[in-house]
Amino acid sequence: MDDIFKPSRRAFLRGSAALAAGGVAGAAAADTPDQLITELQDWASYTGVGVDETPYGMPISFESHVVRRNVEWLTASPISSINFTPIHALEGTITPQGCAFERHHSGAIELSKLDYRLMINGLVDQPLVFTYEDLERFPRENHVYFCECAANTGMEWAGAQLNGVQFTHGMIHNMEYTGVPLRTLLKEAGADISADKWVYVEGADASSNGRSIPMEKALDDVLVAFKANGEALRMEHGYPVRLVVPGWEGNMWVKWLRRIEVTDMAVESREETSKYTDVLEDGTARKWTWEMDAKSVITSPSPQMPITHGKGPLVISGLAWSGHGKITLVDVSKDGGITWETARLGKQGDTKALTRFYLDMDWDGAPMLLQSRAMDETGYVQPTKEQLREKRGENSVYHNNCIQTWYVNAEGIAENVEVS
Amino acid sequence: MSKSPNLLLPALGGTALVLGVAFGLMNRDYAADKIDTLEMRVDQVSTQASSAAEKAKVEAARAAELEQQVAEIQAAAAKQVAGGTLAEPAPQIEGRYGLGRAALAEEIAAWDVDVLPDGRGLPEGSGDVWTGEEVFVDYCASCHGDFAEGVDNWPVLAGGFDTLANEDPVKTVGSYWPYLSTVWDYVHRSMPFGSAGTLTADETYAIVAYILYSNDMVDDDFVLSNETFNDVEMHNAEGFIVDDRADVEYAEWSVEPCMESCKDEVSITMRSVFLVETPPEGGSNSVMNPAKVDDLPSFTAAGPSFIPAAATKPAEAPAPQVTEVAVADDGDALLKHGEKVFRKCSACHAVGDGAKNKVGPQLNGVMGRIMGSVEGFGYSNVFAEANAAGKVWTPEEMAAFLAKPKSYIKGTKMAFAGLKKDEDLDAITAYLASFAE
Repeated sequence: MDDIFKPSRRAFLRGSAALAAGGVAGAAAADTPDQLITELQDWASYTGVGVDETPYGMPISFESHVVRRNVEWLTASPISSINFTPIHALEGTITPQGCAFERHHSGAIELSKLDYRLMINGLVDQPLVFTYEDLERFPRENHVYFCECAANTGMEWAGAQLNGVQFTHGMIHNMEYTGVPLRTLLKEAGADISADKWVYVEGADASSNGRSIPMEKALDDVLVAFKANGEALRMEHGYPVRLVVPGWEGNMWVKWLRRIEVTDMAVESREETSKYTDVLEDGTARKWTWEMDAKSVITSPSPQMPITHGKGPLVISGLAWSGHGKITLVDVSKDGGITWETARLGKQGDTKALTRFYLDMDWDGAPMLLQSRAMDETGYVQPTKEQLREKRGENSVYHNNCIQTWYVNAEGIAENVEVS
Repeated sequence: MSKSPNLLLPALGGTALVLGVAFGLMNRDYAADKIDTLEMRVDQVSTQASSAAEKAKVEAARAAELEQQVAEIQAAAAKQVAGGTLAEPAPQIEGRYGLGRAALAEEIAAWDVDVLPDGRGLPEGSGDVWTGEEVFVDYCASCHGDFAEGVDNWPVLAGGFDTLANEDPVKTVGSYWPYLSTVWDYVHRSMPFGSAGTLTADETYAIVAYILYSNDMVDDDFVLSNETFNDVEMHNAEGFIVDDRADVEYAEWSVEPCMESCKDEVSITMRSVFLVETPPEGGSNSVMNPAKVDDLPSFTAAGPSFIPAAATKPAEAPAPQVTEVAVADDGDALLKHGEKVFRKCSACHAVGDGAKNKVGPQLNGVMGRIMGSVEGFGYSNVFAEANAAGKVWTPEEMAAFLAKPKSYIKGTKMAFAGLKKDEDLDAITAYLASFAE
């Protein structure tokens, strides 16, 4: 087993020392002086690494386990596959691009800014071709938005499956995007923007991953983005240009965006008919289920983040988000949903962006069934798995925003479970 | 440019100018025959002036109103700035920026290849089932199988009829896809995997004809073309509804959430099927989880029904730092085993020289002692009662207690699930008996 699931020996010693010394209240007492303090350490004596050692830095080696991971048997090939953001080990709300989940339908492509072209055609006065440089000359905006794959938590429809929040909820990231509103480009081409029109978008990669977006959304908050978290998009996130469709399923956030076509009907592409549709209990399927409903999950403690410090002060930390706007309330239960306490929001989240929540508690060492429940500004409350199944049955794959349960045992080990 | 002062100048300035002009006209020395005209003109101008004054009043009121609005917006903005949430949208200009260039017809033809559900966008061409089979075997079968049945995890393209209401619906072109245009468009544009965009229109018609044949949707003499395209009826054409979550789900779930006594009891109905290992080099390996639901407690508002015994993987469980324990007899195997078993207790209990109360009372001389009698330890009510009743710790009582603490003495604070094995119980009682007061 890897260290990430197994708290380090040092952590155990630290935790158990605190326990042995009382562990109920107050600071632990030390029997012997800590040599890390009393003895001169190498790093306090020798010089460190000079500037430019790494012109573009990577996380320090101690953090090398905080990486995207995939589950091989989920898909046929890593070329058309998905991996998961290590949300168990991240804090705050912004996801660094380097560990933000990837989903490719035909692999990530290397497309330079110089080779980049964006076409806008269809029901427009003047079909246009833009270069990358053209895009940087339109007035631009900055917004933080979450991007969640419609299949996030999809494996869990059938019951508790994968033991790790990275795997159950890691098809999500949250970045600050810089880009041009799609409406600006539509107006530039003199598009027919009447309400019954659609905007079909496709990528430059082999899959093309075409999707149809209704005009109302296209004119609202969709961005043609070229930066994320202040830097150029990473290759795997669509360098040099991707579409940002706030609050809507990740599949619509077309990467390597190459064409925008104004149409008089939805194209009904492969990705919006055979995939990303929700089969209900009677076999009929919902289509155009674009919005990602309010959802939350506790990221720590969680199976990959056991409690290693024993009893006493414990920070429960988690994420909440809604495709319908802002998160207004998050409640946490320690007994599987019998009683709930209102969590503290780390910072009021932006609309359609991740919000961090905390519950600070004094853990008595008793087992817990941890759950979190989000409410958004529309008043919608995140449902239980039971409520979802009641409406949709168990044949669905996508759009599972159920309340997640972690069983935390007396030793602080957490496990993905389903409860009555 | 308009000469009308009303339009040209801002409200108040414009009115002043009109009055000024009227005054100037009256002071000039004109011929008498022009007086009438001038008087008429003066009337006109003063009418204009008073109408301008009226308009100015309205405009001044409007300006004040706007100023008020600006002040409000600024105040709100200042508040937002203080809260760090002010964002101003990118400016929208009327007209265009003049960026980009006109797309040429050849360029549009090269990229605009999507096909709409009604068949618009289809190029001329055709292909029959048997040609389709040949092309399919060459380009598609390595992943999708010779009969479109799918290889490994690659998509199954045929069959699966009447499975959509099953627990694992088989979603194929035949059973699930509502539009033929989607098949043609996807095959033509994004397939074969690794050589997308290389199929000719005729090859695409042929492959799609073969996929339809594999699904028993057409006969073997069928020829698919841009002309026969709309004759094909898709099996699941009526199988989709437009997102109705707003009506079916949102309305019902947008209610004040329950905070207390939301359920009576919660039990764990399923444990994680897979334990996921994460090797340092990345990726992950999942292994089946052998653990059972029965090993876990149920919950009520009072807390968990029991505290499960130590971890299923003892080697990885935290090893509590043991306080100094004096072992009475190194040679005694039972005592040695008892010492080992006591590690489960030592996070909360101390025994041996200088042992003090911790989370639980110190245990020197516990055997033969009256229950709940260690000085300075805050016992639960049930042990205080046992103390009052004069109950004594015998090896038998101790073994019964440690086998099932919560049922032996209901209400104990001791968060320990109990020892299952008799040999452990024998060893721990012997071990505890070896420490005198």
